[in-house]
Amino acid sequence: MIGLSHYLTLSAILFSIGLVGVLRRRNLLMLFFATEVMLNAVNIAFAAISHYYNDLTGQMFAFFIIAIAASEVAVGLGLLIVLYKKYGSLDLDDLATMKG
Amino acid sequence: MYEAIAFYLFSVLTIGLFIVTVMSKNVLYAMTSLAAGMVLISGFFFILGADFLGAVQLVVYVGAVMALYSFAMMFFDATRDIKEKNTSSALVFLLGGLSAFVLVMMFAAPIHSDAIQALYPMHEGVGNAQDVGIVLFTKYLVPFEVAAVMLLVAMIAGIILAGKKMDDSLTEDLSADDEIMIQKDEK
Repeated sequence: MIGLSHYLTLSAILFSIGLVGVLRRRNLLMLFFATEVMLNAVNIAFAAISHYYNDLTGQMFAFFIIAIAASEVAVGLGLLIVLYKKYGSLDLDDLATMKG
Repeated sequence: MYEAIAFYLFSVLTIGLFIVTVMSKNVLYAMTSLAAGMVLISGFFFILGADFLGAVQLVVYVGAVMALYSFAMMFFDATRDIKEKNTSSALVFLLGGLSAFVLVMMFAAPIHSDAIQALYPMHEGVGNAQDVGIVLFTKYLVPFEVAAVMLLVAMIAGIILAGKKMDDSLTEDLSADDEIMIQKDEK
């Protein structure tokens, strides 16, 4: 039978996939995709906890995460377009102007 | 039984699709596999009885966010493979896996204690959408309104950021326009 720990394990696996993507990617658009993967993984965990504890709070948090992700994508893609107009590239190594 | 089959099928497919998203060199492949993975994640929500959340996932993520990404991809050159300088990927995999594991343990630890009790319990015989609506518009009304204002701000920001200097093209240079004009003159 599928329990809560199954869903939490799946969520952990998906979250680590997203985190590896965030650490590995150098292209900003691909970095956005990896953050979407992480947000979805957390949403699965919230929905699973909400189901197994018979509580609606997890679903509420998942809703707000979806709203925040939508606005993040709207602002982030606008910024990406401005960056692409200015530099002609979305590569983080090309965009690094502060040499520390 | 069916739940177990659906769970394992969806989880294998989702993990595979998201690995493609993270590893692929092509933006188009990454985006399509991300969209497919999100559809399957809404399948998880339906299994878990969160019908309204599944519908919202389909509408917002697969509908709106993916449409936004595909529109943004028109600005960037999507057909070309992305050249990335990936440094020491073994270390990245180790670090990513470890830190994700630590984070998950941190957030999952309170669940295994008995300290959790339902704050807003679900009601028997009431549909999920109805239940969600009652809690959302009573207990979470202020966060809901704040989220609405935030979405409005994000919409204005997106329009202003992306719409600035929309009249000069990104992909084609001015000489192409001249060529078109010359061809017209020749006709």
